[in-house]
Amino acid sequence: MDKAALARAVGAPVTFGQSQFAFVRGHSFEARVKSDGGAELVRLLHDRLADGSPAPGPGSVDTPDLSATGLQGRTARTALALREATAAGRWAVLDHPLLALTVAGTPAYLEPDAIVVHPDGGWTVVEIKSFAMIDGSADAAKVGAAARQAAVYALALEAVAERMAEGAAAVREQALLVCPKDFSNLPAAALVDLRKPLATTRRQLERLTGVAEIAAGLPEGTTFDLCPADDGRTPTRPADELAEALDAVAAAYAPECLAACELAFHCRARARAADSVQTLGRGVRAELGGLTTVASVLAAAAGEAGSPDDPAVAALRRASALRAEALALAPADEGALAGAGR
Amino acid sequence: MSLISTLARMEAVRDGRARPVVTVRHRHVAERPCVFVPLTTAGEAGAPLGAMVGTERDAPRLLFVAQPRDRDLRSAFLAELADALLPYLEEFGDAVELEQRKETDPGTGRKVPVEVELCADAPQLLVPSAAGVEYVRLLGRSMRFRRTAEQDPDAPHPAPPRVPMLGRWLTHFGERARVPGSSLLLAMTQVLGRHWATGQSVLEDQHLGSLLAWIDPPQGVPGPEAALRAELARGPDGLLVHPPAGPATDPVFDNKRLAPAVARYDRARAAVLEASAHRFAPARAELAAAESEIRELLATQLRPTWDAVWHGVDLLRTLPEGARVAERWKRDRWSYTAHRDRVRAGEPPQPRRDDAVTAARKLAARESAQAQLDAQEALDDPLVMAGRRLAGEAFAGEVAEVVMEYTEAKVPRPRPLVTVRTADAPLLAEGVALHRALPDGRSQSAEFVAYDPAGPGILTVRLTGGMGRGKVPDAGSVPEVGDRVCWTLFEHAPRGGPELPDPERTPWTHGGPPAEGPAEAPDPVTAEDLL
Repeated sequence: MDKAALARAVGAPVTFGQSQFAFVRGHSFEARVKSDGGAELVRLLHDRLADGSPAPGPGSVDTPDLSATGLQGRTARTALALREATAAGRWAVLDHPLLALTVAGTPAYLEPDAIVVHPDGGWTVVEIKSFAMIDGSADAAKVGAAARQAAVYALALEAVAERMAEGAAAVREQALLVCPKDFSNLPAAALVDLRKPLATTRRQLERLTGVAEIAAGLPEGTTFDLCPADDGRTPTRPADELAEALDAVAAAYAPECLAACELAFHCRARARAADSVQTLGRGVRAELGGLTTVASVLAAAAGEAGSPDDPAVAALRRASALRAEALALAPADEGALAGAGR
Repeated sequence: MSLISTLARMEAVRDGRARPVVTVRHRHVAERPCVFVPLTTAGEAGAPLGAMVGTERDAPRLLFVAQPRDRDLRSAFLAELADALLPYLEEFGDAVELEQRKETDPGTGRKVPVEVELCADAPQLLVPSAAGVEYVRLLGRSMRFRRTAEQDPDAPHPAPPRVPMLGRWLTHFGERARVPGSSLLLAMTQVLGRHWATGQSVLEDQHLGSLLAWIDPPQGVPGPEAALRAELARGPDGLLVHPPAGPATDPVFDNKRLAPAVARYDRARAAVLEASAHRFAPARAELAAAESEIRELLATQLRPTWDAVWHGVDLLRTLPEGARVAERWKRDRWSYTAHRDRVRAGEPPQPRRDDAVTAARKLAARESAQAQLDAQEALDDPLVMAGRRLAGEAFAGEVAEVVMEYTEAKVPRPRPLVTVRTADAPLLAEGVALHRALPDGRSQSAEFVAYDPAGPGILTVRLTGGMGRGKVPDAGSVPEVGDRVCWTLFEHAPRGGPELPDPERTPWTHGGPPAEGPAEAPDPVTAEDLL
């Protein structure tokens, strides 16, 4: 489903997009790293591993052809190539393989930048990113995101490895992150530990409610069909009908969603309309006990609602009293602070 | 987020405008700060696109790069930036005052007082957001190892003379910005967020436009509506009405406006290079037009942010300064003076990676600065103190009884017992050290004795210092019945840990003394940039 199109159709702003400068740069970097048939990638990986194994010589890296038709065809082709490359006992680089992973009961297809097969049968996920690694360190948030992404690929790879003979192949617990070095376009690589993100992702995937189960709980006939017009793009379905369908599905909005989901602004508007405390941040809920709306919190703090025996209510009243007392101490400044500026 | 600031955010939701979380200003705002709004090219590290810079809000200096991938244009941009920033950064270096400081005499090993220079004031750089602070660091890193033609005559693409120097200054400012409470380089979103709570999350507060809309919405518009408009409103051309505060640009702007303009510039430049003599003048005119188009485009993206930062300065100036802000600014002046001295002594640029001792020292300095900042903000501001009281780290109340007691030493010293009635619930155990600010600014130590069995909220504290040398306590050093007092469980002037060894004496566990290696080499030139 195209969430961006859905968001546009219900009138929520979509802020996702990539600058063509970044796009061009990212592509030229990836092309450069892979330009010599993967030998450079294997060299970087071997360098980083520093495990004393002999360095890969010229012509010792295989690059199997992965082209096939259809998603399933490409997935099968990738699995076959992995099996063959592992059996060959040589270095191999799989450029843009296709993997399948079951998410909430439905298959999702994933395309890592590359997978390296080691001569000993180990498989390493390779992530090529266009953010720079300056003096050996990169933006922690971006590295974290890359690690989470690589962990998902590693999970999908594990499923392939499990179908092979016992002990024939093993997915390595470290992914290779390749970034531009300093301010240049030369590649620099680092091994990223996947154990923690792997455990997290595995747990999250297990806890996901199956799509079929969610669908079973929806009113009969709920659909996100945009009913596109003849041009295949312009939706003809009324926006409020779509919004109603969206509202039927429960969503747990948190401000972090804004950076990740096309529908986040829709969910935010909905959460704000419901006066939910979640709109102020994920951590806010923790100290408020059973109070979920801003109005109920303010009423409890003002002593208009709630029982003083409830520890959350008692803490709120105490906070409110302390805050009022401190603000009363500085009446002149309060005016400046509240009325600001002009 | 503490419960008090959560509550302030909820009040903001209710009122439709930001609510104060402090009663005084906790950061220094210079009389003549320099505002720096940088823009960067998407997808490329350290490829500036443009900048607005200056100390006069009505006269920003606009710098731009017509083709960000062209190394020579980038160099010209950096030279211009050095031109715009360095005079401001360096002009504070000459007006000095003399300060007494104790230094260890290398001969005798004794501490002797010496007179040292301290710059009377220091420059202050203001950037729109935390990403801007990171960008200052990045610019510093990209410039400080460059070599000028004078230093290295054979190197291709020498840096313009002042560029490495600007790199060192920006590195210093970026490094200083990591010290809690410092004000040499400030991100406007962070400073405003320290003083006001909005009705949105901390993440959304990173957007300077929407933060300002909550604090000071335009006449007749509710804060949330103004914030939403600042965040998302797009004109009929699909561009954001309020461009992002940078350094990253809006991708739609990049794709719809900037990319075609840069392409036009590239074509015009190619035409100039190929033009025959009689076509040369019109081709030049074409190139100039393409250049000024990019300039205008970047101005539309930079100017709103420039105005927003100054708007933030106005808002901050409406607040009275906290009593201990000047003390922290003095530390910034020391930091500025120290870097000035390093530059004047001809020391090399800051290394790529700190050695073990420097890194440990920086970390320790930041930790103690954080502890100091936490203490000072609470002492300066009853609203911040309220948060500490709620957390059980302080308590305030009325003195109910004072009983004089004395030590059993040969010369008895006063150790009065003070009983306080408080509604706070401090986390106390017997013998816990307490601190109280005396009217003259000093801190007085005490210890917790016991809760009164008579009722909750009554507790006894024994004063243990700050009462002078005699048998009778100094006037005003012991509270009287009926006084309102506030004790804290945290120290008022916390100090850092033990002293660290000199770099030459780094223990082997930490890699031993740093190797006396050759000076850091400049970043190699790669063939990837368009030339």
